[in-house]
Amino acid sequence: MNKEEYKKLVEKHTPKEPRLRNIGVAFLVGGLIGFTGEFIMFLLIESFGMSQTIAGIYTCLIIIGISSLLTALGFFDNWVTKCKCGLIIPTTGFAHSVTSSALDYKKDGLITGLGSNFFKLAGSVILYGVISAFILVIVRVVIGG
Amino acid sequence: MASKQFKNIYLNDFVTLVGPLEKESHLKKYNLIMDDYYYGEKTFEQAEIKMQKSVIDQLLKQNSLKNADISLLVGGDLTNQIAITSYSAKNYNFPFLGLYSACATFVESLIVAATFVESGCKKVIGVTSSHNLTAEKQFRYPIEYGAPRPHTATFTTTGAISTLISKKESKLKIESATIGTPVDMGISDANNMGAVMAPAAASTLMLHLTELKRDINYYDLILTGDLGCVGAKILEDYLLTNYNIKMKKYLDAGCELFLNSQETYAGGSGPACLPLVFFNKILTTKKYKKILLIATGALHSVALVNQANPIPGIAHAISLEVL
Repeated sequence: MNKEEYKKLVEKHTPKEPRLRNIGVAFLVGGLIGFTGEFIMFLLIESFGMSQTIAGIYTCLIIIGISSLLTALGFFDNWVTKCKCGLIIPTTGFAHSVTSSALDYKKDGLITGLGSNFFKLAGSVILYGVISAFILVIVRVVIGG
Repeated sequence: MASKQFKNIYLNDFVTLVGPLEKESHLKKYNLIMDDYYYGEKTFEQAEIKMQKSVIDQLLKQNSLKNADISLLVGGDLTNQIAITSYSAKNYNFPFLGLYSACATFVESLIVAATFVESGCKKVIGVTSSHNLTAEKQFRYPIEYGAPRPHTATFTTTGAISTLISKKESKLKIESATIGTPVDMGISDANNMGAVMAPAAASTLMLHLTELKRDINYYDLILTGDLGCVGAKILEDYLLTNYNIKMKKYLDAGCELFLNSQETYAGGSGPACLPLVFFNKILTTKKYKKILLIATGALHSVALVNQANPIPGIAHAISLEVL
């Protein structure tokens, strides 16, 4: 049996992932987080008289704070396993990736452990986020004038 | 010849330690339990060192052995530089050989121990361990991240095993063994270890049967290491398609370990998986006399997988007879 034939044999026995269900769950959970964010922002604008921009920043910080706390308390990993991209794609996922890395390496030293591994997963998000933002700004300047 | 028959080599005694999830699984009659992943230590790595120490200490105690009675300690684990085993070995005054065949380390340790006993060593201890969270940290994402996995993924078993091998007659005889060759069938998916290791298991099984001129029905049971439920099906199909061999008396330790409700995807894996299932499940049934253990390992590192290299699988086989 060559490698190609073996690959086909493996595919035959590989269980199919329930993609449709995963997408549905991610849509609902992600939507719920978006809804919560909107609600927090609405409260901040209405009750504290913040401008939309400032309220947006505070909303983001509140969601990051809550999800990091839930990671530290040990709930978030179980939820990520179940809700998958619904929790990973929003800011909650970014906060969770940083906090979980920090927890993993906190006993390996402040510099050699925690410091150097803090952005182990989130590093890519920051790097490619900044690059995409840069490219999009150029596109906007060119198109929008 | 990759196979070897042993004369009068016995596995005298063993001690098993099970982790928090494993104690709720299909296993019975284990010796030691750890209720949480820290096992009274500050870090998971220190916990795994303590796990190995506990099983070695218990083995020495059970058999009233002193440090000077032991000619050699062989063993390994899953962490970088097999440091866990080295750190637990430094507590004893034994000559020490560290071994690594990923999840096939247990059978490798038995083969090395039996060979040394045959060549004159009196008593050799084999030790193997795996800890779910040190392995996760080593090979995958941060522990608290809970990264979603496909259904082909397996769950690293938490446990430790020590064995005592000598020429003193006892109920478990080490009859023969086959050292496998690394097999690469082009699979580079670190979440589908069963597919990586199944061809290696088939290759070692065929080598064992051919070199020792045996039929597959010679054995009452063939127990593979940690292919998992998906990998076990791949192995059966692969043997049937390639060699026209139908596995009738076959079980996979990874598939036999956890309950369905424990949500461990395709089952258990890790160096501790095969010995725990063998000692604490298969042997307790007293149904089988001639058993062939085929431990399987995926010989990869994170760097080589990230560089998209296919993963070589390895399998070592050992034939044990219950007297």
